[in-house]
Amino acid sequence: MEIVGQLQKQYVDFITSLFREAYLDDQYVQLQKLQDDSNPEFVVEVVSIFFEDSEKLLNDLASSLQQQVVDFKKVDGYVHQFKGSSSSVGAQRVKNACVDFKNFCEEKNLDGCLRFLNLVKQEFYLVKNKLETLLRLEQQILQAGGMVPPLE
Amino acid sequence: MGMAAEEVTQFHVLAVDDSLIDRKLIERLLKTSSFQVTTVDSGSKALEFLGWEEDDRNNPNETSVSPKNNQDVEVNLVITDYCMPGMTGYDLLKKMKESSSLRNIPVVIMSSENVPSRINQCLEEGAEEFLLKPVKKSDINKLKQHMIRSKCKDFEKPEKKEEKQEESATATSTATAEASENNQLQTAQSNNKWKAIDESLSVDRTRPQLSGLTLNLSESTERSIAECIWIGGSGMDLRSKARAQNFSITHTKPKKVSGVLHNGDMKN
Repeated sequence: MEIVGQLQKQYVDFITSLFREAYLDDQYVQLQKLQDDSNPEFVVEVVSIFFEDSEKLLNDLASSLQQQVVDFKKVDGYVHQFKGSSSSVGAQRVKNACVDFKNFCEEKNLDGCLRFLNLVKQEFYLVKNKLETLLRLEQQILQAGGMVPPLE
Repeated sequence: MGMAAEEVTQFHVLAVDDSLIDRKLIERLLKTSSFQVTTVDSGSKALEFLGWEEDDRNNPNETSVSPKNNQDVEVNLVITDYCMPGMTGYDLLKKMKESSSLRNIPVVIMSSENVPSRINQCLEEGAEEFLLKPVKKSDINKLKQHMIRSKCKDFEKPEKKEEKQEESATATSTATAEASENNQLQTAQSNNKWKAIDESLSVDRTRPQLSGLTLNLSESTERSIAECIWIGGSGMDLRSKARAQNFSITHTKPKKVSGVLHNGDMKN
């Protein structure tokens, strides 16, 4: 079917660009590999948890950096969590931003922390957007009766 | 070729991680490798599940018993995150090693951070492996060997274990020397924990995934070990089987004190 072919091409082009621009890395491919007929919603599940967790972490980070006396250890703890979860879903740019963020926590550099909170936030919303588009494309392919092209 | 009593024993893994995403991931990874999985979100819950009791300290004169005492389900391996609030993975490892009923359950540590001192600390305390996150399928494939070896240990007679400990103490220096020889070097390198230490020294942190087993087991040897589990032979059967197969299991961890077997060298 033509529609399926079109959608599949769209999908492949899109996801290829996501890898090229480092929004996603190999870990995302690993996630896809863990999905099968017995667990067809695995990626969606994990990605949804990631979205939820991240929103909460961003709030926690913002409020902890707004305190009169900033507890940098606490902030570092949140960043560590964020780094871990983004790494686990393959959100490479978010993870990298977290790595740099951590350095500012260790230096107890409030300015740097605030800057990087913004950056992490930005990167997160970017990848969230991309992932939502990607998953939507997948749904469309499946609904049109086609198969999602396997990665790599 | 008919193997007697071919009931498939499923290995049961207890996974410990405070991150929900990582719990989901590890659960899926383990299930796709046909393991039975239980996940908990803290070290204390893990100990609870394992039936750990406060005064269950390690008694060196006591024979190792299979960990069925205080729990309904046997656990064949514990895989735990290192960084957790409250009780870290290292704390959990320590508590298990101090417990006479839990110390023989193999423990694997996972961490997102590549810190050599941390890795060493865990291995010294008795962890079987130290895996870097995110954990991959190839990492999970190594776990079966630890569980098989642990099951084989259960068939050994207790007094022989002490002898083997002495023998292993001298053998480990040979083992480490051997480890630098060509055919052992590849094995060591393919082992994730050594890779982690190596990598921390190099700038480029790409992770070449070397295929191949950590242990140099031939297919027939693996089957032989499997036979020991399914058939449950006496200690004598296991030893003569091993001699017949002439197998060697080289553990890449230099300080392993028990359960190190060498080529046809299973002295009584």
